[in-house]
Amino acid sequence: MRAPVSQAPASPDSGAALASWLWPAGLAVLSGGLLLLVALPLAGLFFTASPRQLLAGLANPLVGPAVRVTLFTTTASLALVVACGTPLAWAIARRRTPAWRVLETALELPVVLPPAVAGVALLLAFGRRGLFGPTLAAAGIGLPFTRAAVILAESFVAAPFYLQAAVAAFRRLDPDLVLVARTLGASWSRVFFTVAIPLSRAGLAGGAAMSWARALGEFGATLMFAGNMEGRTQTLPLAIYAALESDLRTAQSLSIVLVAVAFALLVGVRAGARP
Amino acid sequence: MSALEVDVGGRAGELAIDVALRASETPLVVVGPNGAGKTSLLMMILGASTPRRGRITLGGATLFDAEQHVDVPLERRGLGFLPQRYALFPHLDALQNVAYGIVAPSRDERRARAMDALRELDVSSLAARRPAALSAGEAQRVALARTLARRPRALLLDEPLAALDVSVRRDVRRFLAGGLRAWRLPTVVVTHDRDDAAAFDGDVLVLEHGKVVQQGRLAELERRPETDFVRQLTSGRHDLPPGAP
Repeated sequence: MRAPVSQAPASPDSGAALASWLWPAGLAVLSGGLLLLVALPLAGLFFTASPRQLLAGLANPLVGPAVRVTLFTTTASLALVVACGTPLAWAIARRRTPAWRVLETALELPVVLPPAVAGVALLLAFGRRGLFGPTLAAAGIGLPFTRAAVILAESFVAAPFYLQAAVAAFRRLDPDLVLVARTLGASWSRVFFTVAIPLSRAGLAGGAAMSWARALGEFGATLMFAGNMEGRTQTLPLAIYAALESDLRTAQSLSIVLVAVAFALLVGVRAGARP
Repeated sequence: MSALEVDVGGRAGELAIDVALRASETPLVVVGPNGAGKTSLLMMILGASTPRRGRITLGGATLFDAEQHVDVPLERRGLGFLPQRYALFPHLDALQNVAYGIVAPSRDERRARAMDALRELDVSSLAARRPAALSAGEAQRVALARTLARRPRALLLDEPLAALDVSVRRDVRRFLAGGLRAWRLPTVVVTHDRDDAAAFDGDVLVLEHGKVVQQGRLAELERRPETDFVRQLTSGRHDLPPGAP
């Protein structure tokens, strides 16, 4: 660290000199603290078991079904979120009226909502005694504690991440391009598919990646709404939770796998965001 | 030649717009200070925003009529629009840009007609280039080809020379003025430059605070400027950089 430079020796300015030294030191302590808070748990995750122990942990019979359930449900939820979210984001991005602003804010709610609350809300909407439970039951559909429930829970918490990114991407689009496309005779749907989507690809892909990562990590809402049934509704985070009681190494190995996937996604999104 | 006739009123943000104009044989040049409502007026004519009152007709056909509740959607108004930075689709090459607006029975025919349109503006050699690889002057020609390929019944040009360097501006201005004479379409050109107004050789309509404050040939405006803006514009002082003597 650079030594503080004092212009006048032992003058009333020494207070200022002290302050100029205190500030960088305080900054270093505070930011170092946060850095350790993030780094130490990761170090614990990676350095408390040998590679052989970690590989053995992955051999646990919990792992295979959990990977399958996770891949299936997160892919389905991503498809659902992208298919429904892209047109919705386009509609939101093009409108500036108060009603659409309210809708936009409401759709961001799941980001700040505690997952447990999401679980209760989903149960009260689609559960047996929920708002639509009897209607669904009459149609022979029972959602809670099924794989469909996992997909719904994941979509509920992950959709806002995709929507936010997609709305932002569509708002960055040069409005003249849309206007010119329309004067060239293009309908709104043609503008959407041939101008808006191709030119917003990077933003949409980034949002999809973040949304998929959020679905991958979904725990609370899934546990409450879909349960923790091996091979049916037990996703990787739930398998980690289940393994924690019997085999810490399995929990640790799966955690490392999820960290690696999350990190790769983050790097990919950063690289994709660069023009 | 048919005429574009506009008489509209409405709001654009804080600004109340109230304008009547007619463009036919010669281009109508719309000038005015920033925030006078020039672009908002173009948006109303295009159909991108809805006037509160008035009528827009083109060659006798009604495009908009507040009283009769006629409001032809903008993709069916048959107007050609060239925005300030030309708005070529960056993900398509020049040929695909021009083909975008062409309706033809087959893909081959669309491409052939797009190629014809590029050729008419002497830019067929640029067909495979993406807009990022075009100079501003080339981009303008490709954008004009794209607009004209649809055989529009009138043209709206928003500051068509503002994106150009001074070095090429004169050539492009001469080319564009010649083109407008050749294409023989009712044309509205928005500009803030006296030399542009002179080159297009049409009536000049001065817009201030959303209203027409003066209209006539440039020479008339120069003889009898009715506002400070017109005086500055016609004396050429308007285009000097700030701080110049």
